[in-house]
Amino acid sequence: MSTELDSLYQEIILDHYRNPHHKGLREPFEAEVHHVNPTCGDEVTLRVHVADGRVEDVSYDALGCSISQASASVMTDLVIGKQVDEAMAIHEQFLTLMQGKGTVEPDEEVLEDGIAFAGVAKFPARIKCALLSWMAWKDATSSAVEPVETMEETT
Amino acid sequence: MEGLLPDLEIVRKDFPILSRTLANGQPLVYLDSANTSQKPQVVIDTMVDHLERHNANIARAMHQLGAEATAAYEAGRDKVAAFLGAPDRDEVIFTKNASEALNLVANTLAWPGERQVGPGDEIVITEMEHHSNIVPWQLLCERTGATLRWFGITPEGQLDLSNADELITERTKIVSFTWVSNMLGTINPVAEIARRAHQVGALVLVDAAQAAPQLPIDLAAMADDERPDLLAFTGHKVVGPTGVGVLWGRRAVLDQLPPFLGGGEMIETVTMERSTYAPVPHKFEAGTPPIVEVVGLGAAVDYLSFLGMDRVHAHERAVTAYALEGLATVPGLTVLGPLDATERGGAISFELEGVHPHDIATVLDTRGIAVRAGHHCAKPAHARFGVQSSSRLSSYLYTTPAEIDALVDGLEYTRRYFKLS
Repeated sequence: MSTELDSLYQEIILDHYRNPHHKGLREPFEAEVHHVNPTCGDEVTLRVHVADGRVEDVSYDALGCSISQASASVMTDLVIGKQVDEAMAIHEQFLTLMQGKGTVEPDEEVLEDGIAFAGVAKFPARIKCALLSWMAWKDATSSAVEPVETMEETT
Repeated sequence: MEGLLPDLEIVRKDFPILSRTLANGQPLVYLDSANTSQKPQVVIDTMVDHLERHNANIARAMHQLGAEATAAYEAGRDKVAAFLGAPDRDEVIFTKNASEALNLVANTLAWPGERQVGPGDEIVITEMEHHSNIVPWQLLCERTGATLRWFGITPEGQLDLSNADELITERTKIVSFTWVSNMLGTINPVAEIARRAHQVGALVLVDAAQAAPQLPIDLAAMADDERPDLLAFTGHKVVGPTGVGVLWGRRAVLDQLPPFLGGGEMIETVTMERSTYAPVPHKFEAGTPPIVEVVGLGAAVDYLSFLGMDRVHAHERAVTAYALEGLATVPGLTVLGPLDATERGGAISFELEGVHPHDIATVLDTRGIAVRAGHHCAKPAHARFGVQSSSRLSSYLYTTPAEIDALVDGLEYTRRYFKLS
């Protein structure tokens, strides 16, 4: 029973949950989004700062479970400092891992601490938790790199 | 333990799902009955028998099966009317769920008719409502220019009635509130609120989705000024099937409301110029209704009446008191809502310091224990207590003290797992 739980709650996930990286909202930013998981109420407000096609910063304020909080922390580690297209490719790999029902072998070279989430894919109720901040990041980044969208008021 | 159903082990055998096991051979500990109740064999069998032997469309088929199906469907109405103590069986309207019943009222109040709501009018609800008794009224106010006003909640989880006279005024067209809160478990004073609302000529709509499963209801026995005008509940929480809900309304009020959905069965006659409408209940039952679901609901409320709603209520209280005692032994656990089992229903929401509700639910689930985690479709009530989400156990007539023990053990295990003890 606890081995099943341990596959979900990897030590890496609990570490990120207790000490989240890059948490807090910072400036400057070109886009801010607010995403919620309507079924459970988890929320994230997330900002991205992109310059010259590079993800300079991702900052966020989030409320939610260990999986959603740890996932946001790991995501920022993975995308900050990367070129946008490179970061989008990482996003794609993480999405594939989450939607793979536990059959996808994660690539540690690309996903680093993100491989700890492989076990989440076997808990259907929790996949959305793991994806919340990733989806918010993609949404915000897409807006940030679209010149028209960056004018959006973000209060 | 005093108050438990006398033949609890036999009653449990009526519910086949309770004997199944989950992953790793874990027995099921089902503590999510406020979400949906489990179904006794008699409901399942009655529905299967109807589909196997009596299936036909109702009210229009000129053949024996049609007559049988119509009789079975209308018998469902009689059984529900008896379950509620409705003064008149034609006051029982079948909808698809409680949400549709509430929406039926909120929608028809927007349209021309004796009860039409407009600018300057006010609708009064409470902060402890389920979203299904909030959003229809927000929509009604957006569409009509009426204003939505709210009863607050005391720190103890009771409705704050101290400003009732300022909230319910001559401008109030309808007061709509839950009888039993799905999140806090609070039992609200229906008679007191109804009296006040009726003094100013407002309608009273009671959301009985959580009350109907637990409390004996006898509408005819209520004093006229304390009786609601309308009452909604859903079939699947009273050991019946999904897909069927009930709106009960006083005939005089139902007659004042315009039709909701248009279609077959709700008309008297249709010409190209205009149509005239059937009397209640058919006026509000357009199209082929959920026939087998109504038949199943009839069997469900008969089953509850056979057990006796007084005894179901006593059982619920006993288990709730036992659960409150057990939860109090878990360090860092806070119950949201009244702490006295006599003042509340069987849904108990709680927070466990240091562990998010989702994580609690996942850990409990690996031990076969089903609870709900999240906002329970009551976000304003959660906001009132400064929390984003909570965990909720909800017992029912088949819940045993041993299942509560399993939950308390599971919560202790959860704390250990997350290294809180």
